[in-house]
Amino acid sequence: MNKIQSSAPTGNGFLNNPQNRAIIYQLLALLFVLFLAYYFTSNMFENVEKRGITTGFSFLDDVAGFGISQTLIPYDDGASTYYDVFVVGLLNTLLVAIIGVFFASVLGLLIGIGRLSPNFLIAKLSLIYIETFRNIPILLQILFWYNVVLAALPSPRKSFTYFDSFFLNNRGLLTPEPIFESGSGFILIAFILAIIGVFFLARWAKKHHDLTGKEFPLFKVSIAILIFAPLLVYFISGQPISAEYPQLKGFNFKGGLTIIPELLALIFALSIYTATYIAEAVRAGIEAVPLGQKEAAKSLGLKEHVILRKVVLPQALRVIIPPVINQYLNLVKNSSLATAIGYPEVVTLFSGTTLNQVGQAIEIILMTMAVYLTISIVISLVLNWINAKMEIKGR
Amino acid sequence: MPVYTMKETKPAPSTSKGVVFWLRENLFPDIKNSLLTLTGFYFLYLAIPPLLTWMIFDATWSGTQEEIVNEGARWIFIIEKFDQFIYGFYPESLHWRPNLVLLITVLFLGSFKFVGNIKVKIVAILTYPFICFVLISGGWFGLETVGTEKWGGLMLTLVVAAVGIIASFPIGIVLALGRQSDMPIVKTLCIGFIEFIRGVPLITILFMASVVLPLFFSDGIDFDKLLRALIGITLFQAAYIAEVVRGGLQAIPKGQYEAAKSLGLGYWQGMIFIILPQALKISIPNLVGSFISLFKDTTLVLIIGLFDILAMVTLTNSDTLWLGYEIEGYVFVTFIYWVICFSMSQYSKSIERKFNTEH
Repeated sequence: MNKIQSSAPTGNGFLNNPQNRAIIYQLLALLFVLFLAYYFTSNMFENVEKRGITTGFSFLDDVAGFGISQTLIPYDDGASTYYDVFVVGLLNTLLVAIIGVFFASVLGLLIGIGRLSPNFLIAKLSLIYIETFRNIPILLQILFWYNVVLAALPSPRKSFTYFDSFFLNNRGLLTPEPIFESGSGFILIAFILAIIGVFFLARWAKKHHDLTGKEFPLFKVSIAILIFAPLLVYFISGQPISAEYPQLKGFNFKGGLTIIPELLALIFALSIYTATYIAEAVRAGIEAVPLGQKEAAKSLGLKEHVILRKVVLPQALRVIIPPVINQYLNLVKNSSLATAIGYPEVVTLFSGTTLNQVGQAIEIILMTMAVYLTISIVISLVLNWINAKMEIKGR
Repeated sequence: MPVYTMKETKPAPSTSKGVVFWLRENLFPDIKNSLLTLTGFYFLYLAIPPLLTWMIFDATWSGTQEEIVNEGARWIFIIEKFDQFIYGFYPESLHWRPNLVLLITVLFLGSFKFVGNIKVKIVAILTYPFICFVLISGGWFGLETVGTEKWGGLMLTLVVAAVGIIASFPIGIVLALGRQSDMPIVKTLCIGFIEFIRGVPLITILFMASVVLPLFFSDGIDFDKLLRALIGITLFQAAYIAEVVRGGLQAIPKGQYEAAKSLGLGYWQGMIFIILPQALKISIPNLVGSFISLFKDTTLVLIIGLFDILAMVTLTNSDTLWLGYEIEGYVFVTFIYWVICFSMSQYSKSIERKFNTEH
């Protein structure tokens, strides 16, 4: 790296030596930070003691005693501990993250391609979409979906009904719930085997292509394997998966799977907002491929879809993937705003309810931060790995 | 002798110019695109007329609540509550003070280009925040004190954004220089701080600032709620500014560093006079981008109980006389945020175009 060292020494004094100076500066900085840390922690312990707050993580074993509207693991109001609350919150955060990332990617890809469309109207509509939703704060969008759009939905008795099995009302979206009977494990095994099979098939196809130059219809065959292998096992093992449909009983629905309105609002807002950034990344990536590359491919006589798949996309992806992964990380961080509408994720449950009940602010907020830090470290490791893999290898 | 006369050029055939040509080229080049276009128009047809009817043609712009007959937007809610959205609970007789601050800010930004003297500029930059603070908060020069619990609405949003932008800037630059420095301990400290802040959501930092920060100081120091939020936001923004400035620093060619050194400039002299002016200049688009994010993020202060413009809307909705006006309130706030963010992003784009000299 190129750095400016201190200017040429005018004397031979100790302080004129850049190395000595560097050491002194660093010692001063370190002392300052250590002093701050000492000052803060000593005050903290004093204050905590004065206010009679217990310290440590033993509160995690206490019974929480409050209800949670959406739990992915078994949770019991009377018996589950704060540790269970933490896990429930963490899983709910991950649930939002995964669904949000999926929809944001699909939407972002479509809009990003639409932005480059030769069709004037589609290009302009995509641009309007991006410029509208990007410039509105995400919290405002979440509140709008929750308080205005979803609050205007009808009561369960007057729900919007789709195909007699999906019901949309102010309690959320009700869908049929799959019931897994004995034997359904085989289907899962078949699916996993299909994935492994496709993986080896892809390797074989690449080798086959390298050796003979013949193209194997990998995509279509893979899709067929992934669909038909589990389907075949499903019928062989005697159709072990059935669905339980939601039924209107009295004033509310019984059975089925309920997607709570908080989750719906969050997914809508996060996907729509993040999609604008993903769309811009996709556009920038495709535009970053020099026109000469396309022309060169054309002059080699390649077909349009081959050019897209073999020439444009591999180069565009190198530009697209890093910012998109950063957006995924932002989506995860923005999901913490769920606390404004009370979706039970880690900030709401832990930095909100648990903090109010236990009062151990430091431990609780540090645990919440640790969740997000871990997620972002994992995501940046993945990003570094991808970057290293996609790096143009100079010869 | 035959004289050669040029023939008048024929007009291009109607198939390659004019409205029809444009339509065919851009909207209906083939079947697939024609279908897309029609879908797009159908979508516009579904969305635009009802929206316009609701927002403008059927809207109620004046009168009292009892007189509303139209189905559309009831903007009288916004008009009625306008002062609260803009100033929060700031005493009505003192509204001139924030207004004056706004005027000073506009004059300050407007006249900056025309003042050449660097010393005047520095004095102005250093006194400006002080003047604004005294005017809004009062307490000096016989001005009546207005506690921060009364600050609210758009005014609070702008205060939070402005403080976040201005205060985080120097910290961010120092962090960026620290991260680029050769000194291992300084570098580690800076990287640790930046990556920690960037790895967690703003809301957890705000919780930290509002709940944990008071525990860090001995009991004598009483922290204002707004000040706590401002500290959190400033530290958060500083980490992002640091990364933007680092990008600028890395883009400066090595020769510039060597040139500064060869002129006999020390580290700080070289940085202040040679490197930073260039690095900051090329970072302007990204800096503006980060300001936009910060401006949007100021909405988060409502979660820790400050009354920014969005919180004011939520609050006025619980006014029993004005129940059920969420939509108008949200649309109004959306409009304000959108206008400010969009103009900032257009400004950033225009600068980017100015810098972009490649063809």
